[in-house]
Amino acid sequence: MSAQQTVKFYQTGTFTVGNRLLAPEERSVQANMQRTNSINSGHRACQGCGEALGARYAIDAAMNATKRQLIAANATGCLEVFSTPYPETSWQIPWIHSLFGNTAAVGTGIAAAIKVKRQKGELREDVRVVAQGGDGGTTDIGFGCLSGMFERNDDVLYICYDNGGYMNTGVQRSSATPPAARTATTMPVGPEPGNPFGQGKFVPAIAMAHEIPYVATATVADLRDLEAKVTKAMGIRGARYIHILVPCPLGWGTASHDTIRMARLAKETGIFPVFEAEHGEIKSALAIRRQLPVEDYLRPQKRYAHLFGKKPAVDTIARIQAIADKNIRRYGLLENQH
Amino acid sequence: MLKQCEGSHAVAEAVALCRPEVICAYPISPQTHIVEGIGEMVKSGELKDCEFINVESEFAAMSVAIGSSAAGARTYTATASQGLLYMVEAVYNASGLGLPIVMTVANRAIGAPINIWNDHSDSLSQRDCGWIQLFAETNQEALDLHIQAFKLAEEVSLPVMVCMDGFILTHAYERVDMPTQEQVDAYLPAYEPRQVLDTAEPVSIGAMVGPEAFMEVRYLAHARQMQALERIPQLAAEFKSVFGREAGGLVRPYRCEDAETIVIAMGSVLGTLKDTVDAMRDAGQKIGVLGITSFRPFPLVAVAAALKNCKRFVVLEKSLAVGIGGIVATNVRMAVTGMGLKGYTVIAGLGGRAITVKSLAGMLEKAGRDELDLVTFLDLDWKAVNKQLELEKTKRRSGPVAEALLRHAGIVGARNY
Ligand SMILES: Cc1ncc(C[n+]2csc(CCOP(=O)(O)OP(=O)(O)O)c2C)c(N)n1
Ligand code: SF4
Ligand SMILES: [Mg+2]
Repeated sequence: MSAQQTVKFYQTGTFTVGNRLLAPEERSVQANMQRTNSINSGHRACQGCGEALGARYAIDAAMNATKRQLIAANATGCLEVFSTPYPETSWQIPWIHSLFGNTAAVGTGIAAAIKVKRQKGELREDVRVVAQGGDGGTTDIGFGCLSGMFERNDDVLYICYDNGGYMNTGVQRSSATPPAARTATTMPVGPEPGNPFGQGKFVPAIAMAHEIPYVATATVADLRDLEAKVTKAMGIRGARYIHILVPCPLGWGTASHDTIRMARLAKETGIFPVFEAEHGEIKSALAIRRQLPVEDYLRPQKRYAHLFGKKPAVDTIARIQAIADKNIRRYGLLENQH
Repeated sequence: MLKQCEGSHAVAEAVALCRPEVICAYPISPQTHIVEGIGEMVKSGELKDCEFINVESEFAAMSVAIGSSAAGARTYTATASQGLLYMVEAVYNASGLGLPIVMTVANRAIGAPINIWNDHSDSLSQRDCGWIQLFAETNQEALDLHIQAFKLAEEVSLPVMVCMDGFILTHAYERVDMPTQEQVDAYLPAYEPRQVLDTAEPVSIGAMVGPEAFMEVRYLAHARQMQALERIPQLAAEFKSVFGREAGGLVRPYRCEDAETIVIAMGSVLGTLKDTVDAMRDAGQKIGVLGITSFRPFPLVAVAAALKNCKRFVVLEKSLAVGIGGIVATNVRMAVTGMGLKGYTVIAGLGGRAITVKSLAGMLEKAGRDELDLVTFLDLDWKAVNKQLELEKTKRRSGPVAEALLRHAGIVGARNY
């Protein structure tokens, strides 16, 4: 159950109608006429890009929470490329792209500079720092810098936009690519088609192992929950981590209009657990409203098409179901249903 | 104030006098004493308004430096050898973004085979990374160059490496004249960035640039180095007026006026070379020394001017461009194009191999007679090398080279095949 979800909106499945039922201060940042539009229109993301949507909501919420006193460091990847092709930029905040694998450290540097400048009285505003990157930039090449930033408890919110692969370079496998998924480097051929089972890592759990003040996961299906988590994170000092599942129509082989549906299915099947943790302990999980079989999530995605040929790969689907079931048990995704 | 101290300590104090705001470091010999020294000053409160960050790698060190510099903080780090290579991607990024970070490189060899001793392979491997590279001859100069480096970096918006010989300088106790805070404050103004991450004026730094503008951006980096070429001698002059001593500049000629042979080098070996040349002068030989302080930007004009009356030059360098010969020598040759000079490359002191007056004198006398090979490896153990080459001809599994050479030298005695 999200900390912020005081009213349930089962009838719509979205918050567009529901917003009107909420007190003004509880309404979505995006519902506000004065919203900050952190990423302006005109960027070059694919139609239906989950990453563009997630980043827009997350950074708008962070801008709102910090009264626009926000600086972002961005890893190389789709978000960086589609938002800033020279000579254009979509960013409405001070923004820096340095490299693919160093974003957390760049965030640390910015936070250190701000701390000194405030100490010296050269900076009046309480400027805060967000570092952000894709799953590849976070769980693989940027992992050393990320772990270092966590371990030192630097005052940075790191946001990972997880679309399950290296999308910017043409959909290759990352350590966040799920089992069985087809990518350009895990083709659906051979005895174990797609990405192998038994590999990969779930960085939110590793972030928790650093005992940092705040770790959360979110999806672009529950945008109000995402906003609330970002807002909460900005109210905390020290290292914070939010891992957002952002479907990628191009890489997943899904329809552009299905991005939010795919994210919702990931959550409702237990494939992607949505929870919050503080100092290494789970504090809450977003309950599955109506549990669905993983097949409902897998079938619409072309990256799993090889599981649904003439002879469906029942065994493989069962293994993926087992992973979802384990998530449901581990994070109590059915227990705290209201 | 005159004091007797370790080179690293002198540099640490000089950096502290420059009022850095963010320092990040990852330990590697022979850089460690520098960052340990500054770290202690920050922790004790002696160096105020400075964040000292112990990072998890050199790649992170340079990345933190990029973030803090882009956010407007005066930023310092130090490294050496493997550490410099480990941060290379960020090294290029810092200069590409035009961030005036100052970094000490405590020059050390690069493995394999791993070797902690001094040569110039590390910074010279980064000759095209876009950083300014200044080489110190003595501990006093290392100290002084750091103060100049912050001013230069911030004026031209480029990062600066101050290169000092590992152990030979970093760990040597020498007398230095430590400036006062007032002197440094008079010389070094507050950092005024050209671009900064500022919420009042949001900018996007490091955006993607395609073929339509990339050449121009790269040319501007070159243009800034050309500006530095002009500023470096001026900064040395300004430095002299405040601190009362010579330090920095582009090149430093020694007894070159009527010299027929000029030997060119960088760093602490210049001291040994001057002693050698003094003795040879006493014996009636017309020989001089040219020290290069600024390796990047490379002072083509100043080098050509210093060599214009000589007959030959010898570049003595602590680096090796495997497969061609010298690195500094190649740059010097560029400077003397069309001057009709004989030029010799001498590779010396790799991995801390001692460079002795005796070997230098012998080599320079040979050069004076034009009997030197075009590329010479000073004090190379030819017997060991030839034995290994012979072994490799006759035996397929000749084994690890380093071990074979050590065995030949009688160091690995236990394992006899
Ligand atoms: C050091 C380095 N290695 C590889 C690349 C190539 N590269 C650029 S973006 C990218 C993929 C990014 O994937 P991810 O972080 O998941 O972000 P996405 O594009 O999926 O949003 C890769 C491999 C690079 N820029 N730098
Ligand atoms: S490839 Fe995927 S992540 Fe990248 S812009 Fe397109 S939809 Fe977004
Ligand atoms: Mg990705």
